[in-house]
Amino acid sequence: MITLSVFDLSLAALLVLILAALSWHMRLGLERSLLVATLRMVVQLSLIGLVLKTVFATTGLLWVSLMAMVMLLAAGREVMARQQRRLKGWWGYGLGTGAMFISSFAVTVLALFTMIGNQPWYEPQYAIPLLGMMLGNTMSGIALALDRLTQTAWQQRAVIEQRLMLGQTRTEAIDEIRRESMRSGMMHIINAMAAAGIVSLPGMMTGQILAGAPPMEAVKYQILIMFLIAAGTGFGVTTALWLASKRLFDERHRLRLDVLSAPRP
Amino acid sequence: MNDPLLRVSQLVTHRRGPFDLAIDAGECVSLRGPSGSGKSLLLRAIADLDPHQGEVWLDGMACAQIPAPQWRRQVALLPVESQWWLDDVGAHFPAGDCPWLTRLGFSGATLSWQVSRLSSGEKQRLALARALMNRPRVLLLDEPTASLDETSATALETVVAEYRLENNAAALWVSHSAAQAARVATRHYQLTPQGVQEGEL
Repeated sequence: MITLSVFDLSLAALLVLILAALSWHMRLGLERSLLVATLRMVVQLSLIGLVLKTVFATTGLLWVSLMAMVMLLAAGREVMARQQRRLKGWWGYGLGTGAMFISSFAVTVLALFTMIGNQPWYEPQYAIPLLGMMLGNTMSGIALALDRLTQTAWQQRAVIEQRLMLGQTRTEAIDEIRRESMRSGMMHIINAMAAAGIVSLPGMMTGQILAGAPPMEAVKYQILIMFLIAAGTGFGVTTALWLASKRLFDERHRLRLDVLSAPRP
Repeated sequence: MNDPLLRVSQLVTHRRGPFDLAIDAGECVSLRGPSGSGKSLLLRAIADLDPHQGEVWLDGMACAQIPAPQWRRQVALLPVESQWWLDDVGAHFPAGDCPWLTRLGFSGATLSWQVSRLSSGEKQRLALARALMNRPRVLLLDEPTASLDETSATALETVVAEYRLENNAAALWVSHSAAQAARVATRHYQLTPQGVQEGEL
């Protein structure tokens, strides 16, 4: 594998600097956010590199679990932050985090034990990147689906209540909205699978090939990851939507939009 | 003296009430009161759509004892503005054939109409037909003729009266018009800050 020197990275960074200068010159107003994001990316990735280096060196279950927990909580916060109208109280944070815990963690652990089968199963070189990919994808799926569910329920409350008035159950009354939300949560992984290899070369596979892995091995890993992501996102979105749509009603099948917070300005 | 078909006792909803009222089987009672006095909220609470205190009884059975969807099929609320969520009218009538369509001025072909092309008056009359498909025992009508012309309003009044008599059902009719209240109802309630009071028109 060819290692990159600081000089190589500086050359690439120069491209971004030129872009920022161009933006400033043409008054596009993009230079500030571009530079801030670039700087954040460099700092965050360097830090995570250091963290991973330490964690890889220890291979203790405790450290891997701690790292996994931090990743999960950060993903949960991200899901909550992407909601226009979130569930009030602990539900707002707990729902997305819980759904990701169930789906991402379960699928990752299953894959580590049965499919990858390395020794020990929690070896950080496999466990952390795998979990990271799972969390990143389930996170987007759950955030999109939940946002769609609560927004649509809010906009269509008159329709939902009309259906309740006609004697439908809460499940029947929110059925179509839940189906739509499911679709918007899953669309991105379905599209990614359909386009994989033709329109785009998935990032992980590209990375392995760059690192010198034989293409067929990289492809096998990518296929495995795609299966895991699809299943994990699917289970995560299903769980989150099931819990959230239950939470929108009470035991007397009344629509209770007072469980949602007001949208952020 | 028989028990009333619908009895509302000490109902408090959205800090309004307590409300008490009773309607016998086959009877139609009017409910009037100034805007904002809580008429619609009272109807919503009777249909168990909002959390409330107090109890509502249907034929001696408490609302809390009956599963909510079943309760709402028997105690049907017709809101001021009806909602339609599927493309054509017929999809909202899963049982198909609806005997009230012709009496409300429609025909069987109406079921193939597009919801997006209905006028507000047509929607209102079709909403009544749709609600009647559940064979409710109590009708809660929230200004049902507000968007109707005189002919359609008369047709709707007639269908409600016929349904009531044929099925021994009760109706609680919210109306702003004293003339309509006198026409459709035999007893009259007034909603005041002190609660529901029975009286003359």
